[in-house]
Amino acid sequence: MRDVAILGVGMTKFGELWDRSFREIGIEAGFQALVDGKLSSHDLEALYLGNMASGAFLEQEHIAPLILDYAGLSGHHLPAIRVEAGGASGAMALHEGYLAVASGAHDFVVVGGAEKMTDVSDTEASHVVDAAADTEWELVFGATLPSLWAMVARKHMHEYGTRREDLAALPVHDHQMASKNPLAHFRNKVSVDQVVNSGMVADPLGVLDCSPVSDGAAAVLLGPLESARKYTDTPVKIAASQVACDTMALHHRRDLTTMDSTVLAGKRAFTQARRKPSDVQVAEIDDAYSIGGLIALEDLGFLAKGEAGMAMRDGRFFGKGTTLINTSGGLKAQGRPFGAVGVAQVVELVHQLRGEAKDRQISGAQVGLAHNVGGTGATSVVTMLERVN
Amino acid sequence: MPIARFWRETPRRYNLGGSRCAICSTVYFPPRSVCPTCSAHRQSLGKMEPFHLSGEGEVVTFSIVHEAAEGFEMQVPYALAIVQTIEGPLLTGQVVNIAPEEVKIGLKVRATFRKLREEGPAGVIHYGYKFAPKEEAGRGPGAGQEAEPATIPPVSPESSRARA
Repeated sequence: MRDVAILGVGMTKFGELWDRSFREIGIEAGFQALVDGKLSSHDLEALYLGNMASGAFLEQEHIAPLILDYAGLSGHHLPAIRVEAGGASGAMALHEGYLAVASGAHDFVVVGGAEKMTDVSDTEASHVVDAAADTEWELVFGATLPSLWAMVARKHMHEYGTRREDLAALPVHDHQMASKNPLAHFRNKVSVDQVVNSGMVADPLGVLDCSPVSDGAAAVLLGPLESARKYTDTPVKIAASQVACDTMALHHRRDLTTMDSTVLAGKRAFTQARRKPSDVQVAEIDDAYSIGGLIALEDLGFLAKGEAGMAMRDGRFFGKGTTLINTSGGLKAQGRPFGAVGVAQVVELVHQLRGEAKDRQISGAQVGLAHNVGGTGATSVVTMLERVN
Repeated sequence: MPIARFWRETPRRYNLGGSRCAICSTVYFPPRSVCPTCSAHRQSLGKMEPFHLSGEGEVVTFSIVHEAAEGFEMQVPYALAIVQTIEGPLLTGQVVNIAPEEVKIGLKVRATFRKLREEGPAGVIHYGYKFAPKEEAGRGPGAGQEAEPATIPPVSPESSRARA
């Protein structure tokens, strides 16, 4: 396997993009990445597109050739492949693109992630994405994605003394970071009180513990590291790309407060990158629901099991420790267009590692980690990036 | 949801029909065709035997749902729990016959046969298990008959298929 670099990145505004179609946002992100990487369209050999539910949202399947077509590339007859892994669709598409380049099957590929969620009502959008959990043995009995994560939160609070305010600390941090991100869905700041007292979705999680329904797209351009300098002055190396899966239903897990898929994807990624958690300066953590972010920090090895509540109280990942998380604003505040999330996380890390993150920049960031989850952890993808000096 | 899709799960949803691995004796719900934990994983193919859960168990975690799942809008707020059954398998289901705020981790419950949701005024009605506090559930049909599997009348997969 050869080393793979990210040569260019692009991302649309995240939010309720009433005036923009799925095709438009998909293409915009892709072209930004192409221009950023100074690649000719003729250099591309494949398109990978992460998307969870275009059929349910738009009554349109078969979207990979659709985006290829409207990008003006149908005449090149490239392979265009849609990748679906619930909320982890974007990171999984990146994983597939990474494998294609690492293996030598392709030299240059574009990886996109896109979701258009606001063409259906908020309620309908929630029901669509609930299907990332087990429809037959969870949803049929009254479960929703937030209620399943709420049960994880309840258990974590029961086992480890995690407090309601500890959960709220992460959305507060996310909104704080997103206030500096012009592409974020929400740019307002919120307080712990606002989160704790926000309208109840599934006790103990309120609406401000839950990421929003967003439209958006993101894209990255991948190529072999050895020739990366021809296309960019600031290549970023993919130091690791790892996937792990687990039982579909939350109730079948070995432990309800541990996502073994995240534990395993994380271990494999740190092994592949020959790094340890303390080497990571900047991390994008999947906090579609606040509790998910807390336990991910434990499961990835940044904390021991049960320590997340204390770490939130201490602000350990909000600027006081060695790793700063969710500089983009995270899923909570940057937004959550499902298939785009995993790619957007990597776009943020690339900006950080290139030193281009402006108001959100962490000085001297060398190593970044992105963590993206599908459902309640049936899939986890961990991607690690390194600055190339 | 198309009728057949719900109907085909009737033995499981009405009667807690699971399976047990003949090699390692682990019990599963819903039934599995191969044993996920057994070291003889592949050899367990064809050796998974039908096994009915008693429906008795205990709440291991729960939530009070305010933003409902599809078809549950009229029931909010409702208590949803993960229940560990005495035979081992864990299930997700609503907790009823108790005020949602009184549900606690460790609450002893028993499965009870209930209407889950309706597909609109003229659509299919879905039935299946919910959980009730153990003493409450005992007042339902089957009370005092401890040998019965839960309060749900035993129905073999064949007879339920013939009847449905």
